[in-house]
Amino acid sequence: MDFKQDFPMLKKDLIYFDNGATTFKPYSVIKAMDDYYENYSANAHRGDYNISLKVDMAYEGVRDKVKDFINAKKREEIIFTSGATESLNMIARGFFEKYLEAGDEVLITNSEHASNILPWFRLADTNKIKINYINLDDSLHVTVKNVLNSITPNTKVIALAGITNVVGDVRPIKEITKLAHERNIFVVLDGAQTVPHSKTDVQDLDIDFMAFSGHKMCGPTGVGVLYGKEELLEKLDPINYGGGMNESFDDETKVYLKELPQRLEAGTPNIAGVIGLGAAIDYLNKVGMDNIYLKEIELKRYLIEKLSKIKHIDIINPEAESGVLAFNVDGIFSQDVAVFLDKYNICVRAGNHCAKILKKDIGVKNTVRVSLYFYNTKEEIDSLVELLSDKDKILKEMI
Amino acid sequence: MDDNLRREVILDNYSNPENKGRVEDKDYIYVNTNNSSCIDNIDLFLDVKDNIIKDIKFDGEACAISTASTSIMTKELIGKTLEEAKKFIENFYNMIEERPYDEDLLNEALAFSEIYKQANRTTCATLPYKGILNAIKKYEEEH
Ligand SMILES: Cc1ncc(COP(=O)(O)O)c(C=O)c1O
Repeated sequence: MDFKQDFPMLKKDLIYFDNGATTFKPYSVIKAMDDYYENYSANAHRGDYNISLKVDMAYEGVRDKVKDFINAKKREEIIFTSGATESLNMIARGFFEKYLEAGDEVLITNSEHASNILPWFRLADTNKIKINYINLDDSLHVTVKNVLNSITPNTKVIALAGITNVVGDVRPIKEITKLAHERNIFVVLDGAQTVPHSKTDVQDLDIDFMAFSGHKMCGPTGVGVLYGKEELLEKLDPINYGGGMNESFDDETKVYLKELPQRLEAGTPNIAGVIGLGAAIDYLNKVGMDNIYLKEIELKRYLIEKLSKIKHIDIINPEAESGVLAFNVDGIFSQDVAVFLDKYNICVRAGNHCAKILKKDIGVKNTVRVSLYFYNTKEEIDSLVELLSDKDKILKEMI
Repeated sequence: MDDNLRREVILDNYSNPENKGRVEDKDYIYVNTNNSSCIDNIDLFLDVKDNIIKDIKFDGEACAISTASTSIMTKELIGKTLEEAKKFIENFYNMIEERPYDEDLLNEALAFSEIYKQANRTTCATLPYKGILNAIKKYEEEH
């Protein structure tokens, strides 16, 4: 399939390999948002007139789309947020702050994104919980065995990314959830790097909470989703209080809150963003999540095959079955490689990718990261490989 | 300095940086300096005696521009009085931030005279200067 026609950014003279950070948006997403602003720009949940009703239908329609997209049981289990970060904070603060006691343990890893570490650090402060780290194996993967080894009688939560943005390792979430639930441990899935890249089935995975962002799946920035099992979301306290989430309140400061999902969506929501997210889901469904996954794996294998032939390139995570590849050019700092590639309009990421505590494990603090999406091509990879194969050229042109 | 010479000076200092190393000596002032894009990260060790910079050492992980800039800075500042050092640093900032500056003062640091054209790299070039200013401040507070 040729995706060039669908994405304005793919028509530019640019090769974009930073899809882990954010993805390009198809015309259909941009149009859906413009359409809202141009043709029915009213508030939601205020349906006293025609266009406002239209907003409600569009907004709530996306909730159904998200529900089907991740196979949630009920539409009430889908809460719109500003992104994965806000969702994870709501989970930690709204639910676990109430639930966890001093000495309780949360299991994470060194390769989590800051957004799945710092909300727990905060609970370490407020609730005196302990944060433990699951050991990564030699190829930086999380194994069921290592999870079992890290669990203690005090473990109450396991919070993991399905795929990390750092080295792209895929975690066995379903197995982890099973063994966790046998021990009354909650599982929080940071789906920021999984939901965009393969079919997600929250019921099959049986996870308790999940967070993801629209902008990493062809949708707009500023919108994301908090998923939780209904019985758990019922117990999740709102962080934001205000309009749209209360049933009524009296002058004795007693507030009666609405039911889910409105209770957790105070204030005027990101209506255009949610509508854009709906269009992004339509687009991904049209391409097909299975096709997306297969295309990424095919591109990744191709990239590894080519890069592994270059002597001066050290690939950090060749085993990872995802579209993320981290590597270094021998003797050249990652940022210099990125600056060099940028001169040829190739966008890659350099650095430690917000997982600042991982450096202990991979031994190097910084890597160059290529993160692929289904609209990348083998020709683009060829251009990258050709530039990387000439170390003298990099050294000469990087400054 | 022409384009080629600038490149050569930077690459030389990157490949064979001067004054690289860590110091445990308590007489040295230690500071860490890093930039907000969270990549470059340099430790600086400064030794001042009788108002004169006796020694500077540095260590860390940083790009070619930061590393070369740090190497050049250490060479230029060692032996200077604190006043001379501050004047040098001010001049360097003037060059990077496109204000009038005194070319004759900057020697090898002139290799960065065109860096303002790459906005995302000016913070790399100034990183060690940010650090050494902190170290000097620390020294002055303690003495
Ligand atoms: C694994 C992972 N979790 C969480 C996030 C945070 O997402 P956002 O910045 O959209 O809230 C990211 C984004 O890079 C991520 O890669």
